[in-house]
Amino acid sequence: MPKLSYLKALNRALGDEMDRDESVFVLGEDVNFALTNITAGFLKRYGPDRVVEVPLTEQGFTNFATGAAMAGRRPVIEFQIPFLLLLVFEQITNQANKFLMMSGGQRSVPVTYLMPAAGWRAGWGAQHSDQPYSLFAHMGVKTVLPATPTDAYGLLTTAIRDDDPVVFFGPLASLGVREIVEYADLAPIPLGSGRVHRAGTDVTVVALGHLVHEALAVAEELADEASVEVWDPRSVYPFDWTGLAESVARTGRLVVFDDSNRACGMGAEILATAAEEMRLVAPPKRVTRPDGAIVGAVPELDVALQPTKAQLAEAVRTVLKSTGW
Amino acid sequence: MPEGVVAPVKVAEGLEVAGITAVPTSVTVPVAVADSVELYRTMRFIRRFEERAIDLVRAGEIFSGIHPCIGQEAVAAGACAALDPGDIVLSSHRGHGHLLAKGTDPSRLMAEMAGRVTGIDKGRGGSFHPSDFTAGVYNSTGTVGHGAGIAAGIAWAAAKAGDPKVVLSFFGDGAVTQGALLEGFNLAALWRLPVVYVCENNRYATTLPVEAAVAGTITGRGEAFGIPSSVVDGQDAEVVHAAVAEAVERARRGGGPSLLEMRTYRYHGHHTFEMLVRLRYREQAEIDSWKERDPLDIQATRVAEADRARIDAQVELELDEVVRFAVDSPRPDPADATDHYHADGFRPRPGVSL
Repeated sequence: MPKLSYLKALNRALGDEMDRDESVFVLGEDVNFALTNITAGFLKRYGPDRVVEVPLTEQGFTNFATGAAMAGRRPVIEFQIPFLLLLVFEQITNQANKFLMMSGGQRSVPVTYLMPAAGWRAGWGAQHSDQPYSLFAHMGVKTVLPATPTDAYGLLTTAIRDDDPVVFFGPLASLGVREIVEYADLAPIPLGSGRVHRAGTDVTVVALGHLVHEALAVAEELADEASVEVWDPRSVYPFDWTGLAESVARTGRLVVFDDSNRACGMGAEILATAAEEMRLVAPPKRVTRPDGAIVGAVPELDVALQPTKAQLAEAVRTVLKSTGW
Repeated sequence: MPEGVVAPVKVAEGLEVAGITAVPTSVTVPVAVADSVELYRTMRFIRRFEERAIDLVRAGEIFSGIHPCIGQEAVAAGACAALDPGDIVLSSHRGHGHLLAKGTDPSRLMAEMAGRVTGIDKGRGGSFHPSDFTAGVYNSTGTVGHGAGIAAGIAWAAAKAGDPKVVLSFFGDGAVTQGALLEGFNLAALWRLPVVYVCENNRYATTLPVEAAVAGTITGRGEAFGIPSSVVDGQDAEVVHAAVAEAVERARRGGGPSLLEMRTYRYHGHHTFEMLVRLRYREQAEIDSWKERDPLDIQATRVAEADRARIDAQVELELDEVVRFAVDSPRPDPADATDHYHADGFRPRPGVSL
């Protein structure tokens, strides 16, 4: 069976959707030469009318995509760097995502904002290392954060077919993940549908994005001490609150492993909702970046700001030892 | 107005443009002949619609207040008259005139402004963000200047679909200091897209005079991208019509975008809240001098008195019905507050879980 990388899954999903639906097109910087490999082979395959190379004009081309979507197309914008999503945050959250409501349901804006390199890589600098999915969830924009090649394929497919704007975060640290798959098994995955990667009975670890893989490693390390369930929401908005509640009902304990800044990050939302609405037998914990983390220039400093496996293991042990509220 | 802001003004020969140094140049293009009577009717309707809307603001029926376009009617009427029904308009926050001139049902527009369920956007767009896809008005984004890029995207998509349409994008002088506007210009010019950019230079971005905001010229911004750009007398609907018709014709034959700076003036405040706060940023003499070239008065000289009387009376009757429809229409049910958030019906969680 073939081995599919995360990056190749994105290339495959986008190509499959462009084959299936003429209205889909991709635009972005350096897409002609497929700098990120997402559009590898596309210019030849689809031509310049569907592979649209754009200048460095992020606000301009994000608005352009909004217009094209209003006129019946399904644009996929590839962004190279996470902060570019901050530069166009207004165009996505305040314009594209509100036009359906403001038009009383007349016209939606089906744009996919594809961010295939979210998060930190040593030495990339402070302005290239964020992973701001929590901000889009806060603003009510559909946002997905798949951890595996299969989920990346399925959720990019769904994002493109969805009639609303959808932001897709592909964590940098996941791009190299490979998975043995049967191509025929690749299929769309609904938004707001979580996934149990490892079943357990003592504690639920909610892991987001690339941290899913680290959480699985920690669960394995702790296998002699505890039965750890690793649960991945896959999309942060909509969020599979029912799936989380079912997991917590099994375990009664919760730790969130989240590559967001601490204040107002997804981890905070998950803990708050669990505390309000679910039956936790002990206070939950979260492992995140610090408040307002600035990472990216010096590896030894930056590693100190990342949520780590050691922190997760310690948090899991603490929650397991807790005697209750 | 200081040197450097003044650009040549296209005016009909012999007309003075209030408040600006007029350098008359002939309008060379009678591409389409304006219907003088119809232009008068449209402008009269917009003027009286806005006045009735202000009454409804005072009466508390239009809760949001409005950005009245009184004084600028010639731009909306003249520009939209140069479009085909299938062409598309992107409006601005001062947009009622654009919608009316493009063919929106006035009753449903007034109902929209009054937040009623019978409004064109079921009350969700309001006075500020109306859209009416049945009339080809795609949106009125409140993010000043950002319509320029959206217009480029619509024009591109329509052209690629083999259904070329002209997209007319309205914005004010306040938008020309926004980078996003220039990014839109760049894409439209780069790909020779059929967009007509219409700047309604009413001389003030809320309270800020244009000369205190704009370095260089407005048309210079277009020219920098190779976009044919000209200044137009925005008080004369037939001059507006001729200039827009020329730009539309250029767009249709693949000549790319145009930029038209309409020199115009709003008689009222930026927004009706100024009725309460009484900001004094304009001299009465300036307002009076612009009213001397009132767009309705200019157009009225081209219409027989009997026709005018008939049109004026008809407009009053229609507007009585427009107002009655809006006021009598039901307000939305608060239970529906999150309708239309998402196309698939997905609903956000409520703000409290009990």
